[in-house]
Amino acid sequence: MSERETAPRRAPAPQRATAVTAEPPWMRRLLIGVALLFLSVFLILPLAVVFAEAFRGGLAVYRAAFADPDARAAIALTVTVAAIAVPLNLVFGIAAAWAVAKFDFPGKSLLITLIDLPFSVSPVVAGLVFVLLFGSQGWLGPWLGGAGIEIIFALPGIVLATVFVTFPFIARELIPLMQDQGNADEEAALTLGASGLRTFLTVTLPNIKWALLYGVLLCNARAMGEFGAVAVVSGHIRGLTNTMPLHVEIMYNEYNLVGAFAMASLLASLALVTLAIKSFLEWRFAGAIASGPAH
Amino acid sequence: MDIRALGITKEFGRAAALRDVDLEVRSGELMALLGPSGSGKTTLLRVIAGLEQPDAGEIRFGDVDATPIPVRRRGVGFVFQHYALFRHLTVSDNVAFGLRARGRSRRPPPAEIARRVRDLLDLVQLAGYGHRFPSQLSGGQRQRVALARALAVEPKVLLLDEPFGALDARVRKDLRRSLREIHDATGQTTVFVTHDQDEALELADRVAILNGGRVEQVGTPDEVHDAPISAFVMGFVGESTQLPVEVRAGEVWFREARMAVPPQGCAPGPATLFLRPDDLAFCAPQDGWPGQVLMIRRAAGGRRAEVKLAGPGGHLVEIDLREGEAAMARGDIVHLRVRAGRVFPARADAAQSVESRPQSGRVPMP
Amino acid sequence: MAPAVRRLRVRAPSAIPGFGIALGYTLAYLGLVVLLPLSALVFKTAGLGWAGFAAIAGDPRILAALRTSFGVAFAAAVVASLFGLLIAWVLTRYRFPGRRLVDAAVDLPFALPTAVAGIALATLYAPNGWAGGVLAPWGIKVAFTPLGIFVALVFVALPFAVRTVQPLIGEIDRELEEAAATLGATRSRTVLRVILPPLLPGVLTGFVLAFARAVGEYGSVIFVAGNLPFVSEIAPLLIVIKLEEFDYAGATAVATLMLLISFSALLAINLLESWSRRRFGHV
Repeated sequence: MSERETAPRRAPAPQRATAVTAEPPWMRRLLIGVALLFLSVFLILPLAVVFAEAFRGGLAVYRAAFADPDARAAIALTVTVAAIAVPLNLVFGIAAAWAVAKFDFPGKSLLITLIDLPFSVSPVVAGLVFVLLFGSQGWLGPWLGGAGIEIIFALPGIVLATVFVTFPFIARELIPLMQDQGNADEEAALTLGASGLRTFLTVTLPNIKWALLYGVLLCNARAMGEFGAVAVVSGHIRGLTNTMPLHVEIMYNEYNLVGAFAMASLLASLALVTLAIKSFLEWRFAGAIASGPAH
Repeated sequence: MDIRALGITKEFGRAAALRDVDLEVRSGELMALLGPSGSGKTTLLRVIAGLEQPDAGEIRFGDVDATPIPVRRRGVGFVFQHYALFRHLTVSDNVAFGLRARGRSRRPPPAEIARRVRDLLDLVQLAGYGHRFPSQLSGGQRQRVALARALAVEPKVLLLDEPFGALDARVRKDLRRSLREIHDATGQTTVFVTHDQDEALELADRVAILNGGRVEQVGTPDEVHDAPISAFVMGFVGESTQLPVEVRAGEVWFREARMAVPPQGCAPGPATLFLRPDDLAFCAPQDGWPGQVLMIRRAAGGRRAEVKLAGPGGHLVEIDLREGEAAMARGDIVHLRVRAGRVFPARADAAQSVESRPQSGRVPMP
Repeated sequence: MAPAVRRLRVRAPSAIPGFGIALGYTLAYLGLVVLLPLSALVFKTAGLGWAGFAAIAGDPRILAALRTSFGVAFAAAVVASLFGLLIAWVLTRYRFPGRRLVDAAVDLPFALPTAVAGIALATLYAPNGWAGGVLAPWGIKVAFTPLGIFVALVFVALPFAVRTVQPLIGEIDRELEEAAATLGATRSRTVLRVILPPLLPGVLTGFVLAFARAVGEYGSVIFVAGNLPFVSEIAPLLIVIKLEEFDYAGATAVATLMLLISFSALLAINLLESWSRRRFGHV
């Protein structure tokens, strides 16, 4: 997923501009034009619609949309869910990357495949499995219900579904990077007498911090924006189990377009901030890699 | 502190990297582990450091069995092949890392750490570079930082894995001398791994030659060069060419010519005669074997001729040209006689490995 | 002995600490969060029995939904892969103003919540929307038709297609192109015979990833699809509908069918990757 500046930079040589490794200028312009047109229609227009619709009635109407207590409850719930799900997957991501990248053991490629598994499961199916497990007709549902513990149509179910859907994000960012970096830095720290924890904190963590932050951002964006899995387990109880994306759905279905798009614009802003930080990190990344020691 | 490896065996998968290796590194000694790729020299170094656990055998530091001691408490300084400098830390912080990693009771106060870092950077001639980051240094400078960092923890033994492998020839030469100087100044027991025989012979007090996971010979540079105990060592250390000979009745015969070389305890039967370039001499036609000069080139500061011997097989030998012989040219017919040489029983693998690169005697990289 | 080779050979009793706790935690968490819930699905399906499963799976409405889901997802993944290759090429090879911004925008569908994308696309392509209004005079209806599903799935699939091939294009050794030119090849021949073949595995991998993602997509589709049974109803929606009717058996059967197909896709990715590693040395 991560994009880096991999195109070799060459000394400017205008006299060789249309050399053998480039297309003629008209062809280049045509290709750039087609690509930009496609991206505008499929990506930029929908984004523009979100903000245009949100502000259609003016700023006052936009702000009124957030005065709704249900809207506020949805925002609070979404933040709560992300605040639980992201740290859980952060700890898992680091543990999984450490085990997979630093050691060799039988079944490693199977483990990597299993870590990726939630990527290829439909979010709706992810919600369904928790209903089957914890729902009133599920395996554990009656027993938990007897104990007064609610999972489905309550916060724990929403957290579980979110954790499932965002499960691989951080591990996915860390594993390839840590595999590339190898074990030499950690071995060096150990020969210098550092403990395992100190080695991790002072040597490994600085080496992976940008990728880690990037993974956390992606994980968070997905956690806050997850719709399908949460829709299945939440029960859509207003003011109680409605997350921001579910609130968008309800407003939209009630033809409260400003309300729907106002909340959508908030989520879209989160996405834009995430992308902006991600691009900044990749720019930093590329710099760090270019000036790093030539291994 | 003297280091001993006793019966070290280490396997990776099915392949044995080390087979029952015994080695003693004397206190204060600078020892080279020399061998071709895959000979197990780096593995042995990592076993000494505690970065690998041996499958069998024991590592002793003085009287202490170090085998169960984890790497972080073993007190070794390790210089990695690609240095493994922490690139988010400055040069000073890299050097100070080991001191700061100590428990509170053993950690020197910050001022003392700063002083030691300064001293070490002086020692490796990097005074004034403390605030830089590894990425702002040249390869040779990074190597020196890695050395200073390893020395900072006052290790019982300094271990270096291919310390000059990634550097160009000039920097290599400078660093070799400064490693020798630092060793002489600190008296640190030091072991380094190399595949470059010049580096091993020039720098080390003693050289251990490894082949196929075994130690073939341990000795001073002179001993391994002048008194090799196996065909492998003979072929790997120094330059040599070889002739297939036969040992008969206490004499060495090349075809129908008796060589002026004793069989040196070699049993009767097919054998290989190894000749250093100065083991051969030009002579009058009646005293020696005829051959044709194929090529003359510069080698080791002098001139060397490659001569193809007459007769079936067309064996190639090399001979150093002395003063007065400089007029020789390609295509000349010359006569050679053997003044000295060493005979080892013919061994298919050794003969093959040396024959494929007759000009240097080094075993080719796989 | 190359460091890479040695690293692969480092075994459990390694000098690096923390193997037991890291692997133990990984397996426990994986088991609790992913494998245990998924096994609930497997057991529920097994509980249906073969006959029961076949009876539900044979329902024409379910078959129609699966056909719609997989058919439209396939078409969307094909289009996304072709344009993804073009976009990746343009972003990697050409310098133009705003390139970095455009590059960042490619990830928008990763980051934008699907429900937001869904209502935006529905509004955009409605007959009175910006794009829908342009297309309406031509008799083209997008919103509330299978074409709407297609547009939504291209949206979610696009980043997978671009990001899979983009690094491969960056890694192309320009000497290969120069070599082709010195051998007298035209530029188009160089592109077709030298540049594209090594990219093919990457394009295929991107296609499978895009397809797998598109098949399971729910949020962005339901707003724009119209959700007419037998016409524009997708399989994930059918699962939700079955659940709302408390038809757990039906929901489970549809989910199992989808999972089986998704896992086949995952297997195909792994086979593709190992094939291309053998063939080209890297993915």
